[in-house]
Amino acid sequence: MSAPADVLVVGASAAGLSTAEALRRKGFQGGLTVLGAEPHLPYDRPPLSKQVLSGAWEPDRAFLRRSAELSALNAEFVLHDPAVGLDAEARTVHTASGGVLRAEAIVVATGLRPRTFAGQDGLAGVHVLRTLDDALALRAELMTSSRVVVVGDGVLGTEIAATARTMGLAVTLAGPQPAPLESQFGPLVAGQLAELHTGQGVDLRLGAAVTGLAERNGRVTGVELATGEVLPADVVVVAFGAVPATDWLAGSGLKVDNGVVCDSWCRAADGVYAVGDVARWYHSGFHTLLRLENRTNATEQAGHVAATILGESRPYTPVPFFWTDQFDVKIQVHGVLSADAEVTVVDGDMAQGRFVARYRRNGATVGVLGWRMPKQTRVRRQEVVDAFTS
Amino acid sequence: MKVTVDQDKCCAAGTCVLIAPEVFDQREDDGVVILLDTAPAGNLHAAVRECAAVCPAGAIHVGEDA
Repeated sequence: MSAPADVLVVGASAAGLSTAEALRRKGFQGGLTVLGAEPHLPYDRPPLSKQVLSGAWEPDRAFLRRSAELSALNAEFVLHDPAVGLDAEARTVHTASGGVLRAEAIVVATGLRPRTFAGQDGLAGVHVLRTLDDALALRAELMTSSRVVVVGDGVLGTEIAATARTMGLAVTLAGPQPAPLESQFGPLVAGQLAELHTGQGVDLRLGAAVTGLAERNGRVTGVELATGEVLPADVVVVAFGAVPATDWLAGSGLKVDNGVVCDSWCRAADGVYAVGDVARWYHSGFHTLLRLENRTNATEQAGHVAATILGESRPYTPVPFFWTDQFDVKIQVHGVLSADAEVTVVDGDMAQGRFVARYRRNGATVGVLGWRMPKQTRVRRQEVVDAFTS
Repeated sequence: MKVTVDQDKCCAAGTCVLIAPEVFDQREDDGVVILLDTAPAGNLHAAVRECAAVCPAGAIHVGEDA
């Protein structure tokens, strides 16, 4: 297969930028266009819920590349112009401003949009956190508020709760699981995470479904639980998950089902690929369709797709990885955890607040989780690789 | 090639150590990157450029002129 004459990347965040960079790094000299919905140059999302939200970083520290580095890419960045339609057969993308972009290869990297409550748009005091502008708006409101309720007991919700607490607010975290992240981490480690938050003064109101928002005169006043209780709030952050940003692909000819459905090579159609949070591809090592919402996958998958576009032919079979920072604890996960796995602490000591836990199912190591032990966790990653490739 | 790292930005994922252990290591206590070789030999250049490109925190910079 010869390289295409030109490539259009739809999405200018980590996965989109990484695709463009990997194409150039691997020698691609054709035309290269990166289309982005937001006005900003490519920026990183993990700091948004931590350093940018807390104010420890000025917003420009979250930008992924210096402008000289972007210029050296010799790519055209078309920003502040969301894609609104794709014709996969004609390989044409229509933009909100009325533009029409065509390329021999198209890479879909449009990421996610946050799930929301019906009717929350237009209600003052309610926030989501996905974009840089979201983070700055939430920060501004937290600076003048005293009580925040975070709805969502996953990675993003717990990170926001931790950051808001360090900013001095009274913080309540609500969600349906018995402990934060329990469906992934299992009760042992999720219990440790609950203790961390409680010890830092976060009020955990878990185990009850959140049914809606209370409001008065167009401003949120609290969060309603299935128990009938209302948690009072000046500010509410809705962080109960996100959905792939695929609305614009209606009628495109691509198969969309919880993401852009791709083969083992991350191909959605002839000449059309998907990368990052939006891509649901067939992981031939796990024998299942997989979609990963994490930072390292964005870059790794982008590099893989760039190679595929340039003619290499290897299925994409990564060992998943993510990390989260909460208070002074960094948690890192290699592999795929599950609540019913057998969990053993293999390094460090939970009571000391530093450990590595090994997750096993049917005698095989499916994942390792590190708690304030990054180097040791990375070393243990090999056990996951060995089990996965044996 | 001149390599620099931003230890404040580093998120301790260890991706660079997996790709180029001759050039990068991690601190024992917090996993933050340690630069072992600021001017790596030519046979490592491709791997180091890969590290800079895939670093999930954008904490590695490669200057080509020094």
